[in-house]
Amino acid sequence: MKIRAQIGMVLNLDKCIGCHTCSVTCKNVWTSRQGVEYAWFNNVETKPGIGYPVDWENQDKWNGGWVSKNGKLQPKVGGKFRLLAKIFANPDLPEIDDYYEPFTFNYAHLQNAPEMSTPPVARPHSMITGEVMEKPEWGPNWEEILGGEFKKRSKDYNFKEIEKQIYGEFENTFMMYLPRLCEHCLNPTCVAACPSGAIYKREEDGIVLIDQDKCRGWRMCVSACPYKKIYYNWQSGKSEKCTFCYPRIESGEPTVCSETCVGRIRNLGVILYDADRIEEMANMSDEKDLYEAQLEIFLDPHDEAIQKQAKKDGVPDSWMEAAKNSPVYKMAIDWKVAFPLHPEYRTLPMVWYVPPLSPIQNAIEKGVIDHRGPIPNVEDLRIPVRYLANMLTAGNDEPIIFALKRMIAMRNFMRGKKVDNAALTEVLDEVGLTEDMVDDMYKTMALAAYEDRFVIPTNHKEYSGDTPFDNEIAFDNKSSCGFTFGNGCSEGATTATLFGGNTHKNTMSGKTP
Amino acid sequence: MVFLNQFFFGYFPYIAMTIFLLGSAMRYDRDQYTWKSDSSQLLRKKGMLVGSNLFHIGIILLFFGHFVGLLTPEWVYHPFMSAGTKQIMAMIAGGIFGTMCLIGILILLNRRLFDKRISKTSKFSDTFVLLYLFLQLLLGLITIPYSAQHLDGSSMIALANWAQHIVTFRTGAADFIIAEAWVFKLHLVLGMSLFIIFPFTRLVHIWSVPLQYITRKNYQIVRRRG
Repeated sequence: MKIRAQIGMVLNLDKCIGCHTCSVTCKNVWTSRQGVEYAWFNNVETKPGIGYPVDWENQDKWNGGWVSKNGKLQPKVGGKFRLLAKIFANPDLPEIDDYYEPFTFNYAHLQNAPEMSTPPVARPHSMITGEVMEKPEWGPNWEEILGGEFKKRSKDYNFKEIEKQIYGEFENTFMMYLPRLCEHCLNPTCVAACPSGAIYKREEDGIVLIDQDKCRGWRMCVSACPYKKIYYNWQSGKSEKCTFCYPRIESGEPTVCSETCVGRIRNLGVILYDADRIEEMANMSDEKDLYEAQLEIFLDPHDEAIQKQAKKDGVPDSWMEAAKNSPVYKMAIDWKVAFPLHPEYRTLPMVWYVPPLSPIQNAIEKGVIDHRGPIPNVEDLRIPVRYLANMLTAGNDEPIIFALKRMIAMRNFMRGKKVDNAALTEVLDEVGLTEDMVDDMYKTMALAAYEDRFVIPTNHKEYSGDTPFDNEIAFDNKSSCGFTFGNGCSEGATTATLFGGNTHKNTMSGKTP
Repeated sequence: MVFLNQFFFGYFPYIAMTIFLLGSAMRYDRDQYTWKSDSSQLLRKKGMLVGSNLFHIGIILLFFGHFVGLLTPEWVYHPFMSAGTKQIMAMIAGGIFGTMCLIGILILLNRRLFDKRISKTSKFSDTFVLLYLFLQLLLGLITIPYSAQHLDGSSMIALANWAQHIVTFRTGAADFIIAEAWVFKLHLVLGMSLFIIFPFTRLVHIWSVPLQYITRKNYQIVRRRG
């Protein structure tokens, strides 16, 4: 057994209001630069829909993730030789139009236009060519609140094995939001597919990063990531991805998307896992077992044997403490209300989702008020269970039904307690919850105070080498360069270079190039 | 003329190699963020599958063809074939690979020069290096009819002797070249100059052929924070 710790995330979709604050704050911090205007390390999609880049979930098309071939785990893009054979031209690489051609409007025209018979119009201009674009045709949230026709949206991969036509009818329609970011997987295909070895998973917190100096732009990671959360920067020629805001995580602060989430849907906490079992568990022959398999890798921080082994494997005590209070552990393992996004990709993702409850269908037929009050039964929910199961458990309905039932029970119980002043313990018994558990669930998931949502231990740099007390490294680090690109940290750096700079200025300023 | 010959075929190879090696080392050390293949496939996929593959496979085979052809000493191949046979083999192989590369480079040039997305995001060096290779490739193909005028292999042996003298630091290398046709000389000078521009263009990605990927033991890479 080899115990490692990771900061995981759970998004409570039941509370997501689709406001895109996470996307916007993330963009402002990380991707407001030339070459990644089109890239959204975090984006929110309305489901059902085919998403961004188009149809990203369909791995028959993009070949992301892993396959279990003759009992061996292998990237779907191909084994090592096959992958290198694609290096000159990668047939699995999306084109920028699959995301969208980045554009800005020539706002200045609104002020500078000469007198005309019609009001002046600011037209979209491509940030790549600078030319007028007839019309933008896709984007990170093109299907906002079910935008577009059902025929196109219903190509959604999660409709697999569902008779979907009825959901195109107005009375039966349903929707939900899906905020997406890098999953910081336990078994990342991007790392496996990088020919340069530039992508790596950090041992101490599990964050997956791209070494910008080592990246050579072979762009295999873009295809290999089934979530399409690695973006090729067309100016720098390097791939970039969500960093899980590691400078913030290291100092115990939540990521920008989590910090700014107005719905308080995001939770961050430590998860302990057994690194030795990753390959075995990602290689389950039946896709439907993958969710349970991933649960099996996670370790119980309250178990003394685990605590001892973790200490031996170098998990700091403060991390052990954090693991015990981890909201992620509670939701994923204790309460089993959170699930991995598309476990069938076999990457063992570490950003999990609480499935959303939805309004009841056919309210009049069912009678809005039944014996339990206004809170519905799982079967009456508008979003089909199978749809959620295709998204979160590789099509296994039971765990989803169980989680939804638990959430409904929590609501029933708390409503009984607060409104009717009655202890409805029988609704808890049905789903195997105790009163204490429900109180904690209510506190963590419904009230969701800042300190309950984010239990993040600070990074212990001394574990990765010498400590400031051993030698001079404190003085070496003082006033040193923190975060920059390329040669930015060297003293006396100039912008002039013999080796070729950018062709584009930062176009996020609103000026057309 | 003798001086120019001595300069270009006696001294110039060493100047070129020095700039090539030192320039590459400096860029790798100082400015590794600029060290990349600089693919533009994301912006336009069209033409890449055929063009880029033909170009790359063609040029790699041409490179190894030149490498083996120029640097294999006569006594190594002599027991198996005559110089004349080797020359004909070189002409045929070079002709095939050269044509592959030519088709590829034409597709890529068309994309680079006339596709707005690509041309607007091209650095001077991107366009320059492609045109340069195009010219060099044409020169290389033009040498084939010149070679055909004397099939005894003498010209090929002279060129090989020159190359072998250069890489083994022997004097008198330039004397082998002096009687050769202009097209060979121009091809040689452009070829050596290519090494000079190499560190300052996207060509540096050749150094980074990811062969270690094949021998990498684990798929996964885990690092401690440095």
